Amino acid sequence: MSQKVEKDRTGTIIREEDSSEKMTVEVNEVKTTGDFDAPVYIYYNWCKKCGICVAFCPTKCLARKADGSPYVKYPEKCIHCETCDRLCPDFAITGAKDKKGGAYGPK
Amino acid sequence: MGKVSQRVVHDFLRHDKKFPHVWCSGCSNGTILGTIIRAIAEQNLDRNNITMVSGIGCSSRMPVYIDLNTLHSLHGRAIAFATGIKTFKPDMKVIVVTGDGDSTAIGGNHLIHAARRNIDMTVIVVNNNIYGMTGGQYSPTTPDDAKATTSPYGNFDRQFDICDLVIGAGATYVARSSAFHTMELQKMIVDAMNHKGFSIIDVISACPVIYGRMNKKGGPPEMMQAMRDNTVLNTATAKLPPEKLEGKTIRGVFKNVQCPEYCEQYAKVVEKIKETSDE
Repeated sequence: MSQKVEKDRTGTIIREEDSSEKMTVEVNEVKTTGDFDAPVYIYYNWCKKCGICVAFCPTKCLARKADGSPYVKYPEKCIHCETCDRLCPDFAITGAKDKKGGAYGPK
Repeated sequence: MGKVSQRVVHDFLRHDKKFPHVWCSGCSNGTILGTIIRAIAEQNLDRNNITMVSGIGCSSRMPVYIDLNTLHSLHGRAIAFATGIKTFKPDMKVIVVTGDGDSTAIGGNHLIHAARRNIDMTVIVVNNNIYGMTGGQYSPTTPDDAKATTSPYGNFDRQFDICDLVIGAGATYVARSSAFHTMELQKMIVDAMNHKGFSIIDVISACPVIYGRMNKKGGPPEMMQAMRDNTVLNTATAKLPPEKLEGKTIRGVFKNVQCPEYCEQYAKVVEKIKETSDE
């Protein structure tokens, strides 16, 4: 598995994964600076830019890029409520926490 | 309710299929598929004991993406195929995913007769008020004055209320929810899967690209918001004044009773014949 790690202007880490599996994901991993140390993963390859996650985020921590896809604008506001995770029709975002307090991300 | 995250959903998907999936941007089918997967994952069931059956339609493409025993059958005949599976393997948990046109128009007879027989299966009707896959013809659940490809001046056919229809036909678990209320829907799917008898959930869903665009309902977030604002839970209706209930769709569990189940009755008849033939 090869990994390409880049940082864009907003400080978010864009990581491209090349796995032997057919599921390749480009991941936007954002470390939250609040009480939680858990990232929000966005699979840009699967996202269809419908805007549902941004519209229903209760703390408004997500925002839309110029092309309509979401990014985590205010990482410290994320409360890991799972709303984006549940409402996303494309299985393309996850912000939920597991029992240890870390995020559920791609394997 | 156990927390089930997107990683678990990804475990249930077939990654040899082409992703992103075929559904349009903002279509509720993906949300409903995710909720079905969460409901199955929450129960820790053996995947070999679950079969998902579907007919033809946008929503009927769900079995292509989920890694269970799946069957993608003929238009409207999903419940007929599911009846065959259930009678041959009574221990199998059978989930049928159909659309509103698939189940009430083309497969209308299969729906009411499966409800009448009270055969143990879970039917999830993804009700988007239109035939999405074939280009937007009006369906038996298209509302009054709604525009469709075949009703460009507004639809004047009266609608089916799927819940009332199957209650009349004798279904034993009848509920309605929406794609927005995922927690409620997940609980209903778990209850319906554990219910012995014919259980049906009418899921209000959004078709933003065809129905939404033709009827100027706005984008995907606006249609999701309409699901939240235009529905009321049936336990709350008694407390609300009648003017607040105008134009609202009632969600909730409408019927939950126990009746003799078809496969059990069938097994009893087989036992009885065996006993009499031994003498």
